[in-house]
Amino acid sequence: MSTNIVLCGVGGQGTVLASKLVAAAAMNKGFEVKSAETIGMAQKGGSVMSHLRIGDDALTPMIGSGEADLIIGFEPSETVRMLPYLKKGGAVITSDRAVMPVTAALKGSSYKGSDMTDYLKNSNLIGRLVIVDTEEAVKAVGSPKAMNMVLLGAASRAGLLGQITHEDIIEAMKRKVKPQFVQMNTEALEYAKI
Amino acid sequence: MHKEFMMGNEAIAMGAVAAGVNLVAGYPGTPSTEVLETVAKANDGSIYVEWSVNEKAAMELAAGAAYSGARTLVTMKQVGLNVASDPLMSLEYVGVKGGMVILVADDPGPISSQTEQDTRTFAMFSKVPCFDPTSAQEAYEMIGEAFDYSEKYNTPVFFRPTTRVCHAYASVEVKDERDYYYNRPEGFVKDSSRWVIFPKLSNKNHALIEKRNRELQEVFSSYSRNAFIKGSCRKGIAANGISFAHTLETIKDKEEKPSVLKIATPFPFPEALAVEFLKANDEVLCIEELDPVIERELIFVCGKYGLNTKIRGKLTDDIALSGENSRDDVTGYISKLMGWEMKASEISSDAPELPVRPPVLCAGCPHRASFYAVKKAMKGRDTIFAGDIGCYTLGNAMPLDMVDTCLCMGAGVNIAQGVGRIRPDTKTFSFVGDSTFFASAITGVVNAVYNGADTTIVILDNSTTAMTGHQPHPGTGKTMMGEINSRIDIEAVLRGVGVQTVERINPLELDNAVECVKKTADKPGVKAIIFESPCAMLFKPKKAAAVNHDKCIDCRKCIKEIGCPGLVIQDSKVVVDSSLCNGCGLCSKICPVAAIEL
Repeated sequence: MSTNIVLCGVGGQGTVLASKLVAAAAMNKGFEVKSAETIGMAQKGGSVMSHLRIGDDALTPMIGSGEADLIIGFEPSETVRMLPYLKKGGAVITSDRAVMPVTAALKGSSYKGSDMTDYLKNSNLIGRLVIVDTEEAVKAVGSPKAMNMVLLGAASRAGLLGQITHEDIIEAMKRKVKPQFVQMNTEALEYAKI
Repeated sequence: MHKEFMMGNEAIAMGAVAAGVNLVAGYPGTPSTEVLETVAKANDGSIYVEWSVNEKAAMELAAGAAYSGARTLVTMKQVGLNVASDPLMSLEYVGVKGGMVILVADDPGPISSQTEQDTRTFAMFSKVPCFDPTSAQEAYEMIGEAFDYSEKYNTPVFFRPTTRVCHAYASVEVKDERDYYYNRPEGFVKDSSRWVIFPKLSNKNHALIEKRNRELQEVFSSYSRNAFIKGSCRKGIAANGISFAHTLETIKDKEEKPSVLKIATPFPFPEALAVEFLKANDEVLCIEELDPVIERELIFVCGKYGLNTKIRGKLTDDIALSGENSRDDVTGYISKLMGWEMKASEISSDAPELPVRPPVLCAGCPHRASFYAVKKAMKGRDTIFAGDIGCYTLGNAMPLDMVDTCLCMGAGVNIAQGVGRIRPDTKTFSFVGDSTFFASAITGVVNAVYNGADTTIVILDNSTTAMTGHQPHPGTGKTMMGEINSRIDIEAVLRGVGVQTVERINPLELDNAVECVKKTADKPGVKAIIFESPCAMLFKPKKAAAVNHDKCIDCRKCIKEIGCPGLVIQDSKVVVDSSLCNGCGLCSKICPVAAIEL
């Protein structure tokens, strides 16, 4: 059976790199990997989504409704948007920090990240929910760009990446990023205490 | 052989490299761009790679090289093919010597395009054979086969993946370098009876092309990429591309399986294979995106052979007429055909309202300042703002609302003239980016000067082709072979074609920019303003701005005027999102009480 992971957020948050890292880790272990990315116009502040499928029996790179084992959400409203993809009893890891679209600021119709996380907490679809205070996390790690690694580290530490372990992810990151960024990314991957 | 994790576009590129491609030319366009970039990255110097000024130039360059025996690859998105269609239509009559593959990426949705045109239909119109891969792995292998067919039949061929094949990643089994094919072109051999198109040659070759395509129908019926996968009942699915992959996924665990016809060469259509498939089924559903190409072919085959298999699809409203086929769509279509029960959604109906997230100009984008300067300068005047293709199409969003029209690459300069011809009192403006200017707006400027138009051309020069991921262009002087040539100066081009008034100004110097627009727009004739400021993604951001809440009067003018994503409301106060802000300072110049500090 394949492990299906949805990564979602707002264009520019680093979902693509996180998805590539999991893929690299899976390939190092000899698994087949397929994924699909949002590239182009939609990247510019729009909703973005990566489909990631690990396992020999994935015949298409894309995930259908009710098929995801895990959703890693970089923005709470985007996590809620992607919830239909989750399998009953699947896991969700999400940032609680809302990224307001310009349209919301213009209309003065801001939403709260906590409205979204409250909804997730009450959802009986979700088997396991991890909410990460990413604002605190990136402050602690010292780089706003580290959010993707913080969330990915939370997923791997919680053992939610199928047969891909936390060590596999750290290993893959070391191979993928420039030497000067290894320490920062290691700290980010280790940040969430699960 | 070894495995690599690759994007579909990377697989296509590496497949072409492994097939001995000698020359690659293209123009950037989502979802095709990464193909050429990948070849450039993998290039050991033996392949000539260029971003051409536009698709027509790329097609002609590749034709010349293919006449000379080179294996050539041309890359573009589907609308780019419209630009290149003039050389293409004639090239099919002339033919090639070296293999020539025209990669045209189609974009169902459309996700990042103006149209949902189908290159398979263009293949029929132009009589050019077409290859349509279903996955990254297949694309890697198929492009080498496309080169072989092209050479064998002396014709250019289309290779048309769609977005979901181009931008999918997979662990792809690729050749080791020692197994690559190398092609040594012999060079151009003069033969005017072959390379010069005249009515007599066209008449002769037209008949030959029709006969060749009939022969290819037979050849493609036994081409292994076209397949009839037998099922366990008398219902069938005909599919291509990503819809084929989705179909296999949907039926993989089912006991009762429909048979599947996989179409990898929509033109010429593998007729004999289709007959075999149709005879085995009473009812067939065609699952494809864009045009009902397979569906029409199957109906034709039924008529030709007197078969009474029922053909369903877009023409019978069983499949959506537009947009892409998602996994859920395909599962729904097949379930309906087979009478399978669908799982109901488990999502509760009390979900909170979710924000809409249309794409916007980035925080710190200099286009925002350019649009705002023109808007301020022309406030209260009768104006038309013709837009064009690029990031700056996003200038249409509220609150800027500065793009009244957008049609195709380079159209804005002429559209503005057309509007002005009907109402001469309207102040006409066109906005065009630097890359689009070189690609196809220069002729519009010449047209304006020649015909004595009264219009202002605003060039948004951010020193790159930003929308597609920062490709170089003639104004940057950098080439894909790593050379630095002399930059082509936009002002010199404009003056050279007779534009008398040309202003260059940094749009982030807002007051000067507004004055400049006011002064320039009221001059008679054709005039140009070049707003020069590099794309915000090209440099390290300056210190983020911050709102001094002791001074802020909460008028929200900053948000209402420019709609920068870096300005957000938190706990009922305007704050700067420091992870997005790059310190461009535009908002600080708009604040009436100087509360935004840099």
